[in-house]
Amino acid sequence: MANVIKLCKGLDINLKGKAAAEVTAAKPSKVYGLIPDAFYGVKPKVVVKEGETVKAGDALFVDKLHPEVKFASPVSGKVTLVERGERRKVLSIQVEADAEQKYAEFSKGVPADGKKVLEVLLESGLFGYMMQRPYAVTACPEDTPKAIFVSAFADMPLAQDFEFVVKGQEADFQTGIDALSKVAKVYLGVKPGSALEGTKNAEVTVFKGKCPAGNVGVQINHISPVNKGEVVWTMGAEEVIFVGRLFNTGKVDLTRTIAVAGSEVKAPKYVKALVGAKISDIVADNLATDKAVRVIDGNPLTGMKSSADSFVGAHTTEITAIPEGNETYELLGWISPRLNEFSVSRSYLSWLMPKKEYTLDTRVKGGHRHMIFSGEYDSVFPMDIYPEQLVKAIIAGDIDRMEALGIYEVAPEDFAVAEFVDSSKVELQRIVREGLDMLRKENA
Amino acid sequence: MKPTFSEGGKLSAFGSLFDAAETFFYVPSETAKVRGAQIHDAIDSKRSIFFVVIALIPAILFGMWNIGYQHSLAVGCTEGCCWFSQFLYGLAVMLPKIMVSYAVGLGIEVAIAQWKKEEVHEGFFVTGMLIPLIVPVNCPLWIIAIATAFAVIFAKEVFGGTGMNIFNPALVTRAFLFFAYPAMMSGDKVWVNENYMDCINGTVDGYSQATPLGQLAAGEPVSYSAMDTVIGTIPGSIGETSFIAIMIGAVILIWAGIASWKIMLSTFAGGALMAYLLRYGDAEALNFEWWEQLTVGGFAFGAVFMATDPVTGCRVEAGKWIYGFLIGVMAIIIRVLNPGFPEGMMLAILLMNVFAPLIDYCFVQANINKRAKRAKVK
Repeated sequence: MANVIKLCKGLDINLKGKAAAEVTAAKPSKVYGLIPDAFYGVKPKVVVKEGETVKAGDALFVDKLHPEVKFASPVSGKVTLVERGERRKVLSIQVEADAEQKYAEFSKGVPADGKKVLEVLLESGLFGYMMQRPYAVTACPEDTPKAIFVSAFADMPLAQDFEFVVKGQEADFQTGIDALSKVAKVYLGVKPGSALEGTKNAEVTVFKGKCPAGNVGVQINHISPVNKGEVVWTMGAEEVIFVGRLFNTGKVDLTRTIAVAGSEVKAPKYVKALVGAKISDIVADNLATDKAVRVIDGNPLTGMKSSADSFVGAHTTEITAIPEGNETYELLGWISPRLNEFSVSRSYLSWLMPKKEYTLDTRVKGGHRHMIFSGEYDSVFPMDIYPEQLVKAIIAGDIDRMEALGIYEVAPEDFAVAEFVDSSKVELQRIVREGLDMLRKENA
Repeated sequence: MKPTFSEGGKLSAFGSLFDAAETFFYVPSETAKVRGAQIHDAIDSKRSIFFVVIALIPAILFGMWNIGYQHSLAVGCTEGCCWFSQFLYGLAVMLPKIMVSYAVGLGIEVAIAQWKKEEVHEGFFVTGMLIPLIVPVNCPLWIIAIATAFAVIFAKEVFGGTGMNIFNPALVTRAFLFFAYPAMMSGDKVWVNENYMDCINGTVDGYSQATPLGQLAAGEPVSYSAMDTVIGTIPGSIGETSFIAIMIGAVILIWAGIASWKIMLSTFAGGALMAYLLRYGDAEALNFEWWEQLTVGGFAFGAVFMATDPVTGCRVEAGKWIYGFLIGVMAIIIRVLNPGFPEGMMLAILLMNVFAPLIDYCFVQANINKRAKRAKVK
């Protein structure tokens, strides 16, 4: 019987347009693009030239500081463009896909030795999908992780339902876990009643609670918190399937089952697409067109504003579309009932309608203030950390205090729900990101 | 219209006033940045703060009526003065005080916001309403103006404005009045308005009426029944007399989740414990039961509206219990044991404002120590 951990703090936001349990294949994109920025913390060094041909699984770029960490092309074809921005920053590396896909071949079967497993992961470009705490950046292969954490559910609004995604891919998922367990002890966090509770070679923990209970950071904090000097690795559940496919078939197959969701999606559903596919090929004609729509790479709490012309990011498990709302002018918002708005505050009436699905737009809905009301972050932050004090330490740039208050244990996404409920509209995720970057630089 | 008021425009000197008016009428249409939460809760500080003002309305309305009621008692006009004329009388007395407090406070806030090129923060809407409610009815307008200016500048803006202040600005206003103009703030001459107005006939001169706390401090029996103090038909600072009106406000605040119920409850618990331990000798002779301590003076008003100020209070949830409890304890200790101060709530809250960071520190430090220990054990 798996351990059960119950979390009391948190908030589920019930948004309109959840993906229906139906999968279609995306239209194959003509050009696929790998975005180095999506692998946070990596300094890209491009190892292909425009015009070169690559196979799926060949490296397109490597990490400048750790050249053994490679980042694989999702498709085979011709490199058409290395897109650069200001100061020659690499924005994307684009590959025109062959009609017939060719795959780089890797050895099949999980090696018995953890080092060998790591070598294959590095060579195939899948290690680049491994993240680490502290700093919430792409992992470094020189570290010895205390453990590898995988969260098999996401409870952010409109997020992909991994229980649905994993159906039919259970064997690949198990192989992936087997492989990771050779590298370090694997902890798997699942939701109550999960089909994955019987996963072998991993210590399974059931997390009961509201969002963000599915955040791997929250799970780490309750299972085995990161102390100063320790490193843990984390991997997205669907990326474990990539690893499983690699060892089962010897090929790098970066096909994801992406949730296309949100109130501005006509028919919310799942779409099978490769990492790096064009977002327009995934959302296709499925977007509402009668108003300004924001397409988000990820879910509305932790995702990033994107556009149909962009490519699917490396860690993207859902693409959501919500109204931009910048043309909305609401009169006397501080007193009117605003029945269509969702709020944790009972000064609105949303507490009367717990089942209602809301259409929220991207407005911040308030002026930026110093932190006025206390306890707001704390009520949705299910970790043994004082969030408000930590954020204040980051704003003050007090490195010792950040360490003391537990910055090594958090990632920006852990503050997403707090950022949502904050009545002072402080940009918590940006602040936490800056704090993590500051510390990483300081400790380098 | 907006460009005229933005930087470089003709009326840019009134830019922050324009922003304040714009956000007052419309929800800001600013959208989320590229990274970070793309959706936000509909609650903002403006709405929360206006809900506090809404919660104050019962106390304001009752206070207005009570001004007229106390006046009509003083002139001996018990029959023929209907409640409505008493209310009108109170309204006429109260309105200038509210206007002065808002005009002075907001004027300073807008000027400073313009100087710092920031948006005007809405925190003063509560402070500006609290100030007239916690002064005696005879407090002259010019004194309210001076005290308000002092509090806004020295208790709030020098620390960086709303959200950064150490002391509750409304209480600083009262403390300033208390120490600078003591004759205007306590004694038995200040609680009944003497001015003649049309709606109630008759004038009085030098009419004196003591509050229950004044009577207790003088060792006299209290001339009001428990029912009087709960309903609030007693002399006192304008907003503080009616326990019932304050409790309606408390229910609104707790229901909307804006003020901490932990602080309110623990303040009453601390006050009740201390009132019981330090009860006056003969309850019957004094006509004063120990629990009536919680219904007289500014205790309830302070516990509901001022101790719960999130900025100056404890910010750690567990610490709120201690913070409130100590406010209650201190308030009654000052009341009962210090002959110089018949009322102790103001000083108790200001004192605990100072100690709130210390309480927070203890809890946060415990968390830090736990983390440090965990790292060492490994």
